[in-house]
Amino acid sequence: MSPQQSTPTRLHIVTGKGGTGKTTVAAALALALAAEGRRTLLIEVEGRQGIAQVFETGALPYEERKIAVAPGGGEVRALAIDPELALLDYLDMFYKLGRAGRALKKLGAIDFATTVAPGLRDVLLTGKACEAVRRKDNAGWRAYDAVVMDAPPTGRITRFLNVNDEVAGLARIGPIYNQAQAVMRVLKSTETAVHLVTLLEEMPVQETVDGVAELRAAGLPVGAVVVNMLRPVLLDDADLESAANGRRTAVAKALSQAGLGGARKGGQAERLVDPLLAQAHEHAQRVLLERRERAEIATLGLPTYELELRGEGVDLGGLYRLADSLRKQGMTGGES
Amino acid sequence: MGTSAGGTDMSLENPGDLESPVLAIDPLLDDPKTRIIVCCGSGGVGKTTTAAALGVRAAERGRKCVVLTIDPARRLAQSMGLSELDNTPRPVTDIDESAGGTLHAMMLDMKRTFDEVVLQHADPERARAILDNPFYQSLSAGFAGTQEYMAMEKLGQLRALDAWNLIIVDTPPSRSALDFLDAPQRLGSFLDGKFIKLLMAPAKVGGRAGMKFLNVGMSMMTGVLSKVMGAHLLGDVQTFIAAMDTMFGGFRKRADATYKLLQAPGTAFLVVAAPERDALREAAYFVERLAAERMPLAGLVLNRVHGSGAPQLTAERALAAAQALEEPRENLVDGGIVDREAGKADSVADGTDDGTDPKTPAEAADDMTIPPEQRLAAGLLRLHAERMRVVARERRTRDRFVSVHPEVPMVDVAALPGDVHDLDGLRSIGERLAGDHPAAA
Repeated sequence: MSPQQSTPTRLHIVTGKGGTGKTTVAAALALALAAEGRRTLLIEVEGRQGIAQVFETGALPYEERKIAVAPGGGEVRALAIDPELALLDYLDMFYKLGRAGRALKKLGAIDFATTVAPGLRDVLLTGKACEAVRRKDNAGWRAYDAVVMDAPPTGRITRFLNVNDEVAGLARIGPIYNQAQAVMRVLKSTETAVHLVTLLEEMPVQETVDGVAELRAAGLPVGAVVVNMLRPVLLDDADLESAANGRRTAVAKALSQAGLGGARKGGQAERLVDPLLAQAHEHAQRVLLERRERAEIATLGLPTYELELRGEGVDLGGLYRLADSLRKQGMTGGES
Repeated sequence: MGTSAGGTDMSLENPGDLESPVLAIDPLLDDPKTRIIVCCGSGGVGKTTTAAALGVRAAERGRKCVVLTIDPARRLAQSMGLSELDNTPRPVTDIDESAGGTLHAMMLDMKRTFDEVVLQHADPERARAILDNPFYQSLSAGFAGTQEYMAMEKLGQLRALDAWNLIIVDTPPSRSALDFLDAPQRLGSFLDGKFIKLLMAPAKVGGRAGMKFLNVGMSMMTGVLSKVMGAHLLGDVQTFIAAMDTMFGGFRKRADATYKLLQAPGTAFLVVAAPERDALREAAYFVERLAAERMPLAGLVLNRVHGSGAPQLTAERALAAAQALEEPRENLVDGGIVDREAGKADSVADGTDDGTDPKTPAEAADDMTIPPEQRLAAGLLRLHAERMRVVARERRTRDRFVSVHPEVPMVDVAALPGDVHDLDGLRSIGERLAGDHPAAA
């Protein structure tokens, strides 16, 4: 189904237009991977504490901590990256700059790097994710089998991931150059996949199509499309056809038979007919539109997974069900 | 303008529900004192569409209006006749100008806006040095954050041109909700920061008295920076900062002026949301933040609200009736099952309220003994039950917001089945915004 079978994906980057539920999908994917027995890290980069909300816990610190246990015992750890702390971390790791790092902070250099020159923020965020992917313990085992990133939205994703190319171009030589190149190597490798979350609506699908084209042009590996919040189709084609033909009298009679009042003109059942047919008409329009959008997604030639709308929003139980659904559909690449 | 001015109407709608004052859009658009409308809200709630629809409506009601959009969906841009990214306001044709209004629209081009600022504030030689600097080229081309600065800069420019009497701004899809409000201040604190001075030139710092810490730490610092950044990059950044130095003052003054402009009477903030948990949580955050910054909030636009033409028929009753119609062995005689059957099926429906109804339409369809019109009626009833659940859910989400912020004027905009592609679509949204269309679709 996908090229993922040869090299299992280790870095899953989940993007999507605002409002498509990418944080929920990223969380569900992390749970699904953990359910396969993989040590999984879920990373948040936008400082919104969306992961904490999805898992119904308090705000996450800048620290990898266990956030959920998957069926079968695998666990998901989560990390909300704080760009400021990540920068100090980075300075410390590469340059052993404990004291100098603090002095830089005092000078406002950290502020500069993380807010005023926001490109550097993206460097730190992608750098931290790649560090987690590459990290090994003393015995040489990988710290994580899979890392899932709840990434910036589709409109910004290519620039976000490509920031290190830009930085490498700016620095030309030296440690920043080397670090930037190393990050780009991970991001462009076959171990990475950028997944796009969409709804079956025009704008999100259009943005997905544009996003895929941009990612491909930049040489970044595109993974799958996840169609989220799929609404149920409650009337089939034949029904929609009869509804369109407006068989008012027959419908009024049936409604009356079901005990909803009189079918005569002005009767309770009769008065229901127009609004119900109007709703059916809207439904028909939506089904048609969704079919068109689905065809549009199919032209991308990417593995596509679908998640149903959960009316009340996704609670913790719902999240496990979404994870299960992704796993059954084969998104984790394991046996289904 | 703000909450107290002509934009609101204290009458109430939907008695029995939690009530908010009605946000009356037309008085807001018509009031000549309204000069700037800022639409903010989280991503994916129809913010840009709302801004465009307000622009069309304002123009056709006689305002000379310009809409500043940021990164609009291509089709929406096309609906206003904008085919490509362009940093200059372009007239939107096919607007009904009989009331004396006009509409211009533009998309923000960050790099060009940034370039314009540089060209305007620096002498030609210095401007060239900045524009050619690789660090500048990267920064200006649109890393996260630059958009917010430039949107505010462009707003300031449009206001200064004074060619329009109403500016409608769509805010960037910010990482955190109100980055654009922070932008001027953040810029200011950065420009005053020691780091800038450090970067500008070590020699200069040496000449300053009373900055012992800097002097002592200086060689270590530049050494560290050079080590971390690489000598080339440090050089580029230093050149950039030095070249920008002369224009920092003007930059800062403008940022402050824009911030004050946003607080001034004549500006109205509209928070845009959809009746979903996350979107309304963001909206609540916006409302609180705007109050904290003393920014004038006009109200909340709640997009994509569902209604029903048959609200008298509850979800439970519709489902029960649908089930009755799909049970062929019950010999349905006109009116024969009314109370008993409906009551019995009701309890079944209650137990399956999470959406897993025992019989799907497909299964029902297999059963050939059901006459087609009964099948159709059952389908219509299930569809209605689903709609009524959506209506109830949206109402609960909305009520939660209203309980916390009962003072915020609100307008519901009925959901459209598809996206907007043309001016007529925008007009129809405008009508809904103004309350010409009932929320019940």
